[in-house]
Amino acid sequence: MKKRNANGLKKGAGIRTRRLIAYVALTVISFFCLFWFYILFINATRSNGELQSGFTLLPSTHAWDNWNNLVHGTLPIWRGMFNSLFIAAMSAVLSVYFSTMTAYAIHAYHFRLKKYIYPFILMIMMIPTQVTALGFVRLVSAMKLEDSFIPLIATTIAAPVTFFYMKQYMESTLPASLIEAARIDGSGEFCTFNRIVIPLMKPAIAVQAIFTFVSSWNNYFIPALVLHDNNKKTLPILIAQLRAADWLKFDMGQVYMMIAFSILPVIVVYLILSKQIVQGVAAGSVKE
Amino acid sequence: MKKGRRRVSGYNKWGYIFLIPFILAYVIFQFIPLVSTIYYSFFENYMSGLTQVGPTFVGLENYAKLFQSGDIWIYAKNTLVLWIMCFIPQILLSLLLGAWFSDTRLNLRGSRFFKTVIYLPNLIMASAFAMLFFTLFSDGGPINSLLMQIGFIDTPYKFLSNTGSARGLIAFMNCLMWFGNTTILLMAGMMGIDTSLFEAAQVDGATSTQVFFKITLPLLRPILIYVIITSLIGGLQLFDVPQILTNGTGDPMRSTMTLVMFLNRHLYSKNYGMAGALSVVMFIITGMLSLAVFKVTGNDKRKG
Amino acid sequence: MKTRWGKMGFCFAMAAALTAGSLPVLAEETAQGSVLNIYCWNEEFKSRITDHYPGYEEVDATTGKIGDVTVKWNITPNDDNAYQNNLDTNLLAQADAAADDKIDIFLVEADYALKYVDSEYTMAVADLGITDEDLVNQYQYTKDVVTDSDGVLKGLSWQGCPGVLFYNREAAKEVLGTDDPTGVQAYVKDWETFNETAAKLKEAGYTITSSVNDTYRVYSNNVTSKWVEDGKINIDDNIMQWVEDSKALVDAGETGTHELWSDDWSSGFYPEGKVFCYFGPAWLVNFSMAADTEGSIGNQGGWGATEGPQGFFWGGTWICAAAGTDNTELVKDIMLTMTTNEEVMKEIVVDDDDFVNNKPVMEEMAADESYSSEILGGQNPLGIYCAGVENLDLSNLSAYDQGCNEEFQNAMKNYFEGNATLDEALNLFYTAVVEKYPELTY
Repeated sequence: MKKRNANGLKKGAGIRTRRLIAYVALTVISFFCLFWFYILFINATRSNGELQSGFTLLPSTHAWDNWNNLVHGTLPIWRGMFNSLFIAAMSAVLSVYFSTMTAYAIHAYHFRLKKYIYPFILMIMMIPTQVTALGFVRLVSAMKLEDSFIPLIATTIAAPVTFFYMKQYMESTLPASLIEAARIDGSGEFCTFNRIVIPLMKPAIAVQAIFTFVSSWNNYFIPALVLHDNNKKTLPILIAQLRAADWLKFDMGQVYMMIAFSILPVIVVYLILSKQIVQGVAAGSVKE
Repeated sequence: MKKGRRRVSGYNKWGYIFLIPFILAYVIFQFIPLVSTIYYSFFENYMSGLTQVGPTFVGLENYAKLFQSGDIWIYAKNTLVLWIMCFIPQILLSLLLGAWFSDTRLNLRGSRFFKTVIYLPNLIMASAFAMLFFTLFSDGGPINSLLMQIGFIDTPYKFLSNTGSARGLIAFMNCLMWFGNTTILLMAGMMGIDTSLFEAAQVDGATSTQVFFKITLPLLRPILIYVIITSLIGGLQLFDVPQILTNGTGDPMRSTMTLVMFLNRHLYSKNYGMAGALSVVMFIITGMLSLAVFKVTGNDKRKG
Repeated sequence: MKTRWGKMGFCFAMAAALTAGSLPVLAEETAQGSVLNIYCWNEEFKSRITDHYPGYEEVDATTGKIGDVTVKWNITPNDDNAYQNNLDTNLLAQADAAADDKIDIFLVEADYALKYVDSEYTMAVADLGITDEDLVNQYQYTKDVVTDSDGVLKGLSWQGCPGVLFYNREAAKEVLGTDDPTGVQAYVKDWETFNETAAKLKEAGYTITSSVNDTYRVYSNNVTSKWVEDGKINIDDNIMQWVEDSKALVDAGETGTHELWSDDWSSGFYPEGKVFCYFGPAWLVNFSMAADTEGSIGNQGGWGATEGPQGFFWGGTWICAAAGTDNTELVKDIMLTMTTNEEVMKEIVVDDDDFVNNKPVMEEMAADESYSSEILGGQNPLGIYCAGVENLDLSNLSAYDQGCNEEFQNAMKNYFEGNATLDEALNLFYTAVVEKYPELTY
């Protein structure tokens, strides 16, 4: 008892220093994370000419002009936001749900082809996506799916990276006994997956949902080759289009305003989903 | 194995059923392009303007061309250097943050704020990020004026025209964009760890360092393996940050050109032969490295 | 000349096979399609059509109507080469595409025009029934850009983008003792004099240009050989001259190596940037040099325009008809109306401040005493523009220009900045070009 107290005291002193270091480091890191948002929003308040004159930390007065020009321009930005939201949300949901399901199939069942399928799925992660991109676009045009969201959303059903994470997460958190117990209670397999496994995987699901959502939200290359109708385009394509504007309309102020506009929803989605992860270590979670 | 025998084999057909959607989408959208990538690596096959050249079967000629010039080794070296500069700090930082956030004794205030903030840079599109970097690090930009004001330099320093600083900037931007990802992955993994274990350890008088290395890390092992493997793959495929920051040139003198940037150059002429060969080479390297990681960490043997 | 209303009627009647004698036999025979597909990378041409093409009605952002014909705009941004990738895919599939999906019109820029023009996917304008007579007022260089290797014209542009040298009047007065265009011209009349002037400016704290990339276009527009000859990469003497001159300027601190459009490049739009001159066409000084921003040189009317060492052009968009189009008559009419109709040309000059591809219209304005540019301190620069463009010979363009020009400037940047010797930089250039065009040798 005594010994432990002594130990505790000694550590107490160390802890204060460590805590101080942690706070300083975290503050520096936070600055580096938030600083960019500050300049982005500052730049959104500046006119094209002002932006050309270089960097400043002070906001200017053109936010309203930039916004007005953007909204009254020819680009359907609200429609673009809806398209982006729809594609990103559907991708996130489908990707996470089916990847978890696949991970569960590999994790919880024993079947003959399993030892082939697992490495087989992982293989695809090792091929750089750049190579297959143009082939994919050819496939899409052969399937007459141009200007359709289907090729953008359906591909995310098979997301090896998400699958791999889910698989690893199950290894550390999903005990076999739990599944057994469900079976004894007479729960069907599909039901067990939806009612028991999915809720247990919440933090992992939230993480991968965020990742998928964000990467879909910011994806430019493939959507730009698939979507051509202005009403189908996503925000990154519209931003690129704004940047490609002719000299009469070219306006970096609008570009920055558009970037700021397109970042806001993804921040909101992130804040909602991140609750699942940052709440702190969940008390008495799932262990039997 | 033990678990398997306990189960009624009838359940296991569900393994197949649950795989159907994934495998379907996988085969259509990824496996077919994958196979054709490998297939075309043995062909001369590119576009000259709007004229298709090939496909003509050339055997291993594309591979030979790839290795003959010797440039591929330079790009492999660049990739390795950038990987070390980008991912080592990133993983270490993530582990450190993970340790701090999970350390109940440290009991950081506002940790929710910090946990939320670290991922935010990833929300900015890489191209928008690069625009800000160009402004900040330009000759007349604020970083240079600052350095000149404090007398550190007399003339503006061209950050993207010097090998060291160009690589440094790439590493910095990459780290900034992605360390939050890694941290979040680890944090989600930590949520699965039973808190009572930490409490018990604390009662037993374990130091924070001990708790981290003896409890947190072992329990996090599957997630750590994930992080290492995906970082490995991500590192070998490092592309968008150096591509955007150097405008695809890999300047100065291609010292920042990675393997995938090199691959991307062949896509201008839709040269699926050369790009395919390079992909296959990368595929083999990645596969071997990943296998090594699996073996070293003993992933196959789960402790039931 | 046809009036607006006359033209509108013309469009409406088209579907019903008009009997007007001016139409070629070919057009009369072909049944005309009901959808006109236009491929482009931004909204410039769309707004020109919307504002100036008689009878165009906008339905929504990417559709319109001309008579019974639906106009569909397929807009793909340039970033990551997406526009060309998309266009290539669809042009190659043109033969098998349904009538309503066939590309009718696509737009190109000078750098890569020949890639399309020198292929069977682009229609000769003569095959549309457009005669040389129709195009007699257009600037020759705009035709050179879209003439294929057999000398067949395959595209038209409504813009002329002749470039001049814009000098900072303050700097000219301070260093050269005059800000009069003819006076300044004497100091920049050829490259040798230009480089001597650079040394004078340096003493007064000015760089002659903002970046070596400013002059690149001027040198490369005045080459006497092509980038590629018989499948071999060829570097023209004038391009090597650019390297030599630029290296000397950079080493002497008389110019920089900034990318165009970067913050450092545009710092000279303001007096503090201490840049003597920029090379560019009318749109650069009018719209891209911060003239609307307080404190900029343009805002104070502080620029002057003079011809500079050599003539050149920068920018412009060309209209091409895709082979296999099922709307030949409408395509012909759009091309003629938008690039030759004097009334429309004048409208474009007045409404959009464009420099149009019509000599009489521009010469008339050049002679107009009442026309003057505030940004250029009250000068009427149109005569200078017209003079520069007249002598431009662009017969040495090749289908590889986009890749070669980009890679050459990229590679030489390493040489200018001292990261490579000239030989190393040239080797890098060759390597880079062969990566882009595997069929070439060096």
